[in-house]
Amino acid sequence: VIDVFQGDLHKAGMKPLTFVRQVLAACVYPPLINSSNLPLDARQRTQEELGRCVGGSVGEGNVCGLMTWKKMKMLVVQDPQGGAEKTHRTQLSLLCDNYYFCGFGPWLRTQALLNREASPRTGVLIPVPCHNKTVLSIMQLGAVAVPYYLSEEQGWALQVEELQRALESAKGVCNPVALYIINPGNPAGIYSSQCGDQVIRFAWEKRLFLLVDEVYQDCVYGENCEFVSYKRTLSEMGPPFSGTVELASFHSVSKSFSGEYVCGLRAGYVELVNLDPAVMKYIHTLFSKDSCETVLGQIALDLMMDPPKPGDPSYLLYKQEIEQIRTVLVHNVKRVHEVVNSLPGFSCSPIEGGLFAFPRLHLTPKAIQKAKVTAEMQEDPDTFYCTRLLEEGGVFTGPGWEYGQKEGTYHIRFCIAVPQDVMEELLRRLSSFHMTFMKDFS
Amino acid sequence: MKSMSKITLQLQRCARDITNMSQQAVNGVSHRGRVLTLDSMNPNVKRVEYAVRGPIVQRAVQLEKELKEGVKKPFTEVIKANIGDAHAMGQKPITFFRQVLALCSYPALLEDSKFPEDAKQRARRILEACGGHSIGAYSASQGIECIRQDVAHYIEKRDGGIPSNPDNIYLSTGASDAIVTILKLLVCGEGRDRTGVMISIPQYPLYSAALADLGAVQINYYLDEDNCWSLNITELRRALSAAREHCNPRVLCIINPGNPTGQVQSRQCIEDVIRFAKEEHLFLMADEVYQDNVYAEGCQFHSFKKVLFEMGPEYSNTVEMASFHSTSKCYMGECGFRGGYMEVINLDPEVKAQLIKLVSVRLCPPVPGQALLDLVVNPPQPDEPSYATFMKERTAVLSALAEKARLTEQIFNTVPGITCNPVQGAMYTFPRVTLPQKAIDKAKELGLVPDMFYCMRLLDEEGICLVPGSGFGQREGTYHFRMTILPPTEKLKVVLQKIQEFQLRFTQEFS
Repeated sequence: VIDVFQGDLHKAGMKPLTFVRQVLAACVYPPLINSSNLPLDARQRTQEELGRCVGGSVGEGNVCGLMTWKKMKMLVVQDPQGGAEKTHRTQLSLLCDNYYFCGFGPWLRTQALLNREASPRTGVLIPVPCHNKTVLSIMQLGAVAVPYYLSEEQGWALQVEELQRALESAKGVCNPVALYIINPGNPAGIYSSQCGDQVIRFAWEKRLFLLVDEVYQDCVYGENCEFVSYKRTLSEMGPPFSGTVELASFHSVSKSFSGEYVCGLRAGYVELVNLDPAVMKYIHTLFSKDSCETVLGQIALDLMMDPPKPGDPSYLLYKQEIEQIRTVLVHNVKRVHEVVNSLPGFSCSPIEGGLFAFPRLHLTPKAIQKAKVTAEMQEDPDTFYCTRLLEEGGVFTGPGWEYGQKEGTYHIRFCIAVPQDVMEELLRRLSSFHMTFMKDFS
Repeated sequence: MKSMSKITLQLQRCARDITNMSQQAVNGVSHRGRVLTLDSMNPNVKRVEYAVRGPIVQRAVQLEKELKEGVKKPFTEVIKANIGDAHAMGQKPITFFRQVLALCSYPALLEDSKFPEDAKQRARRILEACGGHSIGAYSASQGIECIRQDVAHYIEKRDGGIPSNPDNIYLSTGASDAIVTILKLLVCGEGRDRTGVMISIPQYPLYSAALADLGAVQINYYLDEDNCWSLNITELRRALSAAREHCNPRVLCIINPGNPTGQVQSRQCIEDVIRFAKEEHLFLMADEVYQDNVYAEGCQFHSFKKVLFEMGPEYSNTVEMASFHSTSKCYMGECGFRGGYMEVINLDPEVKAQLIKLVSVRLCPPVPGQALLDLVVNPPQPDEPSYATFMKERTAVLSALAEKARLTEQIFNTVPGITCNPVQGAMYTFPRVTLPQKAIDKAKELGLVPDMFYCMRLLDEEGICLVPGSGFGQREGTYHFRMTILPPTEKLKVVLQKIQEFQLRFTQEFS
């Protein structure tokens, strides 16, 4: 079975990054620092990382969530993405206090923003389609997910008019306090920084807290596409926006090239911008009671932020491995687009970023009816398609309804981060299955 | 605890006003209303306090910074005896565990002859169970299956053969994650029907923080300080009937061995608690993360599950329970790996389905932590190459802790004004300190709870960071502090002496 249901590169067979694994292994078992089997820079880096641990051990419980690594501080201050925002940030004192090792899920679960007991209920604007865990998390916390539809015709573009409509729809239902953006998107591989300033302006006008999930920032494929963080856009917009729009941006090692997609380490960070200092005090308390991040994960994050440089012994291999992954992804994205669009009743927007394809199934009403009748449990065509694809084609994908889609449209989602040969096999099986399916249900 | 929150809130409100004013001055523009303010924030968040890393630790960090900058202090280092973090205090990791984890992290090392064969074998087995043979892959939300099976085996062996079903095992990110997850399932209802959760006073503040966060009702039952912090059924009954006036008590939490008190419950006591839970229809949560940390003569760890099953089917078929364990304590001390599990007993099958759904939202617990847990429940056996070293290291850690427990109790009991119950288990001591009235008055003047005042002074004068008893709960009018017994023996002796000297000075100053 080709499992492309989740965005898990290692499961799919992509190889980890040697340098990262060497450092992690040596951090776990320090006698390796003296091993000639490991390159000098890996050994030196290990010593640096262990030097930051009070007892020199990755087994200690790090002060939860608070980034105290000096290097982070250095990176923050010299952050080329910081732009004009730098001046303002220094006024916020202790830059590092604005960073917490914390993934998006844990951040939501701090419930700082979402007030379960509020009446009317708290609302969060979420894109459709969207990563389903987000919706579940929001609902679990007693808040309302207010959908805004990305425009499939425009390559899944985010349109401010649609944000406006969504906001209107919330009147009388809930009190929207936040706008959640996935940039680049999941599952819609859109890269929306281009309209970043419009979105920020909208958030500013409507007084919405911006939650920007940028875990796929390393996965941007379009030619001449460069990832621009929302924070950078915000700071470049200058006052009054840069000093007032409240923003939480998220990154993670699970989806980053240089973090080698170590989903299993569960490490990420959130940067909080323009939050009320009094609120920050409580956030600090919340993070301190919940040691959610492993020390190994924090080290992986550090390696992601500060990889081998030209001249370092590991640099060439590291660069080669990264390039290999990137080449595979860029190639896969192209192939998926080519193949899917060549099949009847199947279309796919250009995948600009992220790790998934979200192609659309075009079924005639007759076909939909026929499928519904045949389906054992009367399920929707997309679920039916995916189930059949798994059973007959041996490819495990996700049906569009799990992520949200416009009424009457059907999609499937699958991960494109697999080795090239696996992708070819996937596309071969998908094509063959699809042709049969379309014939049977025309 | 209540008075402190009020005062703290007032102080913080003042601080906020000042910050706002200065921010306005800085920006030169009037402060535009934020979306997220103290008023619009989830009110439950304000109720959350976690003393172990609270204001005293922030002060300790501040002092460390000043020391680094060369500021002269009456001490040369800050000793952080506030948190149960063994490795940070110099405890060495278990070699075998780290070898296997290194092999899992960088499998090329499987070719390295310097690693013993039993370590390699375990690493291969773990990697085989991981997606793509990598610890970098997501695992199933409930945890890697073969590891859950190993955990079940471990429990069976520990409990004299009482069967354990791997489907009832949920791996988690430390025990805290599992504890909060279960509480989430249990807390519901409005007003008088709101779930009440019984917790011991004193308690580990994760519980009070989680209850505040979830908006559950905290029901305090007092441990008996005069009787070695033992649990009293009469007291449980008192707490429960009082609570029934204003909430719906559904849960009873026990920490055994105890934190911060270190008491190890007798088997009889555990039976009584189980009986009580059955009679009163309560869900039992047994926090057993210190199960290997038992020192006192005559004390023994009895798992709640074992006792439950030995009480016969009338109990073992009906009482609902969750027990928790972790890789952060015992002889491993690997807090940073966030390994842990819970075993659920007699959980409604439909609720179990919901539980799976709940844990799937956070995807999976860290895989290195799962791997470490596997080693803890599946350590080197007598016929394996790493056995001798493993046992040597394990014994060294546990016997050092036992010695330090004894030493601590002995020394503290010689200090006038300090009384200390035997440290039967866990990693802490929770001595009671008698504060002169003048000191209590001074504390109130400064807007501090008396034991916080005491601890802050100790920190400022001796550089020793402890946690005031108010962070854990204590009987009205009594004062305590919690100290870990983790610093190396020589350093611990110094700490004990300094506290002794401070106590004398302090008493004199406020006499």
